Amino acid sequence: MAVDENLKIELGKQGVFVTTVEELYNWGRRSSIWPMQFGLACCAIEMIATTMARYDLARFGAEVFRPSPRQADMMIISGTVTKKMAPQVVRLYNQMAEPKYVIAMGACAISGGPFKQGYNVLKGIDRYIPVDVHIPGCPPRPEALLQAFMTLQKKIDAQPLTGEGRPRHLDAEAQGEFPVPVEGEHDLEPASNKGVWTVPVVIR
Amino acid sequence: MASSPYFSLAVLFVAALGFGLAPLGLARLWGRLLSPAKPNAIKNDIYECGLESRGDAWVQFRSAYYLYAIIFLIFDVEAVFLLPFAVAFSGLGAAACGAMLIFVLLLVEGLAWAWAKGVLTWA
Repeated sequence: MAVDENLKIELGKQGVFVTTVEELYNWGRRSSIWPMQFGLACCAIEMIATTMARYDLARFGAEVFRPSPRQADMMIISGTVTKKMAPQVVRLYNQMAEPKYVIAMGACAISGGPFKQGYNVLKGIDRYIPVDVHIPGCPPRPEALLQAFMTLQKKIDAQPLTGEGRPRHLDAEAQGEFPVPVEGEHDLEPASNKGVWTVPVVIR
Repeated sequence: MASSPYFSLAVLFVAALGFGLAPLGLARLWGRLLSPAKPNAIKNDIYECGLESRGDAWVQFRSAYYLYAIIFLIFDVEAVFLLPFAVAFSGLGAAACGAMLIFVLLLVEGLAWAWAKGVLTWA
């Protein structure tokens, strides 16, 4: 049960701190996001810059880039996802610990970007895995990645622990396994995951 | 029983065992109660940088590779000794040059032996 905001402010003035389990839980979750350490293309350089002293991702509690998906709960798709690379990305996403989040960084990760018409580039990673935050840009500046982090933190903060919209790890019904595509004759098979992405209808 | 000289040792042993096992048990309990487990076949698979693991990690190397190691050593050691020899060449006497010649000939003999044995042909 949420505490009334005005009542909370009034109590705060009197020196009484009121919170809920949900707020505490989400505060802990959003303040210690551990990203997975991998870069796909040029966006990765901006991602590296974001973690360094000038932009200092550590301010958001997300500086611990883990080299193993077992210890990570956020994936930054930093760059072009080729069709050769897509199965590996999806498999790594599967192997990450719950609850997991994805930031699609840059035009390529969102849609294929300048290589959209290419035969070998995936036209957006959200065809296979659920993306929480998209950042446009080619590449996005570190400030944009920080903005994405803050957006993700707000999203985590707003997640109720019960009922509709609760995080995936608390939902027994939620999909846990995301099928890894395989290289077919002409394209990846399946071309998209129907559970997370609906094929757009072309209206002529 | 309490009068036994080993009684205090037994107490310490049980305490030490508990000290080791209790955190493990607590971690297991903590994990069971609170960890958001969503296991599936892909997640439980061996982690290999996103690739599917293939074959066995127990690979055997042929012991015959030692021959390559020896030949490498011949040229490596030769280079190490020839460099100071070449640097000090103008100031060396006949005896030093003779010693170096013997050394190089020894190594050449090793190479000739390897050649005769057919090691240099890649099979």
